[in-house]
Amino acid sequence: MKVDCKHVWEHISEYIDNGVDAKLREEIERHLEHCEICSAILDSTRNILVLTADDRTFELPVGYSERMHKRLAKELASPEQDSDDK
Amino acid sequence: MQTSAANEMGLIARILAGEKELFHELIRPYERMVFLTLFSIVKNETEAEDGAQEAVISAYRHLSSFRGEAKFSTWLTTIAINEGRKRLRKAKGAAEESIDERIEGQEGEYTPAPLTDWREIPLEALERKELREVLRVAVAELPDIYREVFTLRDLEELNVEETAQALGINAGAVKVRLHRARILLQKRLVPLLKTMAPARRSFFGRAR
Ligand SMILES: [Zn+2]
Repeated sequence: MKVDCKHVWEHISEYIDNGVDAKLREEIERHLEHCEICSAILDSTRNILVLTADDRTFELPVGYSERMHKRLAKELASPEQDSDDK
Repeated sequence: MQTSAANEMGLIARILAGEKELFHELIRPYERMVFLTLFSIVKNETEAEDGAQEAVISAYRHLSSFRGEAKFSTWLTTIAINEGRKRLRKAKGAAEESIDERIEGQEGEYTPAPLTDWREIPLEALERKELREVLRVAVAELPDIYREVFTLRDLEELNVEETAQALGINAGAVKVRLHRARILLQKRLVPLLKTMAPARRSFFGRAR
């Protein structure tokens, strides 16, 4: 079976995650060798995922951790209370 | 960065046995994860931080109910998701929640932006505030159910099973939603990122 562009797009996410079986992987890779559109789509998608996953993209608010542990310290210091906060 | 599971179970046992202070240590590797989970749901920094604190406190109070069937990180993520949804319901009212679910059935618009040449944007480019902003907005604009899965899988790096467990959906749904989230991001971001970098060399400071 020869895969076309649409077929590659449908599996692009799984392909990125190494989730496609060996046969499909080989077909996709053969397609990518001669299809500059699919190659560019794959490259751009990977690039975007790397950029969004970088810690700098979604920064924690300044002082977040300090405030968290301060709040926690208060909680830990309070006497056992089994009443929870549903 | 994450503590080994055995190590973690040991910590939890000691906390439950009375060494409460160790909870600080237990939670530290997951602070970012808890914030991102909350943020993906409530989409507001202050609200996400408040929710993150609540989720962590709640995890502490309910620690004895953690049995280790799931990983601690997954268990904690579930608590964070519940906290986020609780806040969302309070803010919006329950009526709106179902609207989003309909998106799932739609086909057809999940095709990537076609292009013939992609020149890689290097990580150093993230020093630019505009780029970070463009990326954040694109993620924020994803439909809720896609943004949640995207956040757990691609930002927090939970695996498919852990994501499914935390969200209470099946693995197939995780894969479909993740696929659509990634395609929507590509479609949305490719044109923007291209126009953002007309003169890339100087723009990204390669001449430095
Ligand atoms: Zn193609």
